[in-house]
Amino acid sequence: MIEVEHLAKRFVVRRGRFRRQRHVVEAVKDISFRVERGELLGYLGPNGAGKSTTIKMLTGILVPSDGRVSVAGLTPSRQRIELAKRIGAMFGQRIQLWWDLPLLDSFELLRHIYKVPADRYRTNLARFRDVLDLDPFLHTPVRQLSLGQRIRGELTASMLHGPELLFLDEPTIGLDVVAKQRVRDFLIEINREDGVTVLLTTHDLGDIERMCDRLLVIDHGSLIWDGGIAELRERYGAERTLIVDLEEPAPPLEIPGARVERVDGPRQWLRFRGSASELTARVAASARLVDLQIAETDIEEIVRRIYSEA
Amino acid sequence: MGDAVLLWGRLVGAQIRSQAQYRVSLVLEILGAFLLSFIDFLAIVVIFHNTPRLAEWNVQEVAFLYALSSISFALTDLLIGHLDQFPQKIRDGNFDIMLVRPRGTLFQVLGSDFQMRRLGKAFQGIAVLAYALSVLHVHWTIARLAVLLVSVPAGVVIFASVWVVFGCMAFWTTDGGEFTNAFTYGGSFLAQYPIDIYSAWLRRFLAYAVPLAFVCYFPALFVLGKHDPLGLPRGLQVVSPAVAVVATVVAGCAWRFAVRHYRSAGG
Repeated sequence: MIEVEHLAKRFVVRRGRFRRQRHVVEAVKDISFRVERGELLGYLGPNGAGKSTTIKMLTGILVPSDGRVSVAGLTPSRQRIELAKRIGAMFGQRIQLWWDLPLLDSFELLRHIYKVPADRYRTNLARFRDVLDLDPFLHTPVRQLSLGQRIRGELTASMLHGPELLFLDEPTIGLDVVAKQRVRDFLIEINREDGVTVLLTTHDLGDIERMCDRLLVIDHGSLIWDGGIAELRERYGAERTLIVDLEEPAPPLEIPGARVERVDGPRQWLRFRGSASELTARVAASARLVDLQIAETDIEEIVRRIYSEA
Repeated sequence: MGDAVLLWGRLVGAQIRSQAQYRVSLVLEILGAFLLSFIDFLAIVVIFHNTPRLAEWNVQEVAFLYALSSISFALTDLLIGHLDQFPQKIRDGNFDIMLVRPRGTLFQVLGSDFQMRRLGKAFQGIAVLAYALSVLHVHWTIARLAVLLVSVPAGVVIFASVWVVFGCMAFWTTDGGEFTNAFTYGGSFLAQYPIDIYSAWLRRFLAYAVPLAFVCYFPALFVLGKHDPLGLPRGLQVVSPAVAVVATVVAGCAWRFAVRHYRSAGG
């Protein structure tokens, strides 16, 4: 569905107030990956890592500086219009709906922009109205919608023409927990039931953990991880943390198989691998324990560690 | 093509419906624009209060010239006046949205913001034209009528092309609004007066570089049957439609080139 080979994007920026100097910024450098039909994959990275730039090259918004991109068998920057008919795109911080028009009018206009046949439009819209619960605000001007309502409208707008491939840039940004869940459920449904390939960028690790099987991580313009979430956890998340509360403040404990990461009064954080019960027994033998808990490494932490290694 | 016109009609229609919801406000805005644009014309009246002729033109003839320029300009403004805000669209990256839709980007820009209130200035131009024609005693021939009728759409296309070409600046400067305005609003202002009052370099600029002289100066000479004080070939007086076609091609190429250099915005 998507083939990317040695993709790069360079921007020339001029700095300096009087003596302007040219600087070349490499937003994306030498990225390669493939996405198969029907995948739902997450594209993760800190701000300015090159996520959006990649998506913009995949959708034909930006022309790559180097490398080859093929999306649904097309070259995005040269066959932009052909590609646009087959993909949907939603950028969480951009508005594609008409600000002053009722939501339904926006859908009608999009129907004509995409030349969606009337019967298919009706079926698609009926489904989105149901799944995304659009009816309460279908006739409300977009500017009066809440963020959650608008995002549901935007999702519908990017799906009305029945795309095979959906690009989502920060689809859940700014949403509350309930709205987030609704969007996630919807994306999982269209991926599983309609076989729509979904590529989403996000800051929200919850999005990734709940939806994606595969994860791409980008930092400073280079891919630093391409693989499953379970493997990622195994490789970077095998260590756990045992948090112990001692009776009174003590110097860092010296226990074989663990190292103290942090001390705060009577509380100490020990990182370890393997069995928690053996470690607990050893700790209990060397100090007086009041309480303890075990913390799993979450993806956020894992990603931070990949970043720091890369 | 037919499909595109139909879609443009739908895009504009939806915006008209939403603006028409506040009927009183819309009527007042159109009326306001109508009255306000008489101030421009007042400047011309004041000039002629002090001098009977400007170069070889009397006040009625300049009124005719002004009306042609004004109508073309107002209709252009109605169609693509929002190109003013285009730098903003480039800066905040909202142009991205247009690039992921299966339609031409310039077409989408044209249909994106249609402001009915701009009709006010067009009505004012028509009123001035009616006045000018009623006092000018034009010797009508079929050719003269044809040139008059064609000069408005040709003028709109020429104005629009100039706007688009300078609007393309936004792709590089991301804030070229004022520079563009110098040529759009400034150009329309210059076109309101007979170009023979300007010095030679400005005349050449208006005739050949930014072809605004073809919006009203040359057609006006033809319709009024005036001798060209500059002695330029008479053929120039009827070629506005051809100039419009060339201007469209130039604008189209400039736009295409600019879009390929679009850099989008972060986030």
